[in-house]
Amino acid sequence: MASLKELRNRIASVQATQKITRAMQMVAASKLRRAQEAAEAARPYADRMGAVLANLAAGITDTTSAPRLLAGTGKDQRHLLIVATAERGLCGGFNSSISRLARADAKRLMDEGKQVQILCVGRKGHDALKRTFEKELLEPITYQGLKSIGFEQAHHVAEQVLADFEADKFDICTLYFSRFENVISQIPTGLQIIPANIETSEADDLAGALQGAAYDYEPEENEILDALLPRNITVQVLRALLENAASEQGARMSAMDNATRNAGEMIDSLSITYNRSRQAQITKELIEIISGAEAL
Amino acid sequence: MADKLQFDLVSPEKLVFSARVDGVQIPGAEGDFGVLPNHSPVMAMIRAGTLVIENDGKTQEFTLDGGFVDVTPQGVTVLAETIGEGAAQEA
Repeated sequence: MASLKELRNRIASVQATQKITRAMQMVAASKLRRAQEAAEAARPYADRMGAVLANLAAGITDTTSAPRLLAGTGKDQRHLLIVATAERGLCGGFNSSISRLARADAKRLMDEGKQVQILCVGRKGHDALKRTFEKELLEPITYQGLKSIGFEQAHHVAEQVLADFEADKFDICTLYFSRFENVISQIPTGLQIIPANIETSEADDLAGALQGAAYDYEPEENEILDALLPRNITVQVLRALLENAASEQGARMSAMDNATRNAGEMIDSLSITYNRSRQAQITKELIEIISGAEAL
Repeated sequence: MADKLQFDLVSPEKLVFSARVDGVQIPGAEGDFGVLPNHSPVMAMIRAGTLVIENDGKTQEFTLDGGFVDVTPQGVTVLAETIGEGAAQEA
């Protein structure tokens, strides 16, 4: 049995840990609200962009002249996986579940004999994938010390990806991030962004309303599409990064909530042990005194 | 004024402006143009310039550095990456 002093120290240290996890939980909760607002604020732009693109893409019948960002290179040999993760740990399974999904997909593609390149956005994903995919990893993009993710960062990522695409370094690009469902569930998702995978579900009502209308294009349809597709990449990346930021805080919040609760349980059981052994020791001392007095 | 058009100005980070207005002047890539209610559908690129919103005899300006406009029967949507707010003025 541990001595009373040892027990006291352990209780104190668990209490200190609990204080930290509770503080982290509260910080994550307030950051989560801001991240959620940012993710929601970005939605109109992405939705409209999707609607406009769907509309334009529907008008293009001749796929051979379509921009390569939309039609693809016609091959699917070389893949670029963008893995977006957090900069920090202590957020439950957040980073590992994204990396796990990306790793499984990368393995599958490599087994099929495809070439894979991995671009990590965020330090944690790079750390997690470093061991398995040493050769495939590109120089990671990290945002250490940055307070919030914004358009600048997304633009930076998109520019790099587009430059690589122009330089003909890959055929298909997939973006891995964690979709923010709600505070307790974040779903790791892979989204193909090159060639553009135009979602029609959200855009349907808007596009449907426009079907009959005779559109004027200024400049030509193709030129507009050429200008819009790169922007669409940026928007997709931005949306992924914002959703990721919200997911990260959500995951951290629930992880820290669990940790705080665990610490509470530990403190309770340690206190019981502590009280019992204190009691036992008092009883023992009493018995010693009484039996000493009787012996006299 | 009976006729107004729905105008939305959207940046990647938020919805900057959304209201029913009398008209908008847009710095199009191939020349400025104004949009009034019941405009025919247009899709156009925007060059860097100033966008002017007219409403109830007042104007409000936004500076854009390029973007995209979609004019539909439902309204006008401007997608721009960086939006600077200009001063509201009495016309």
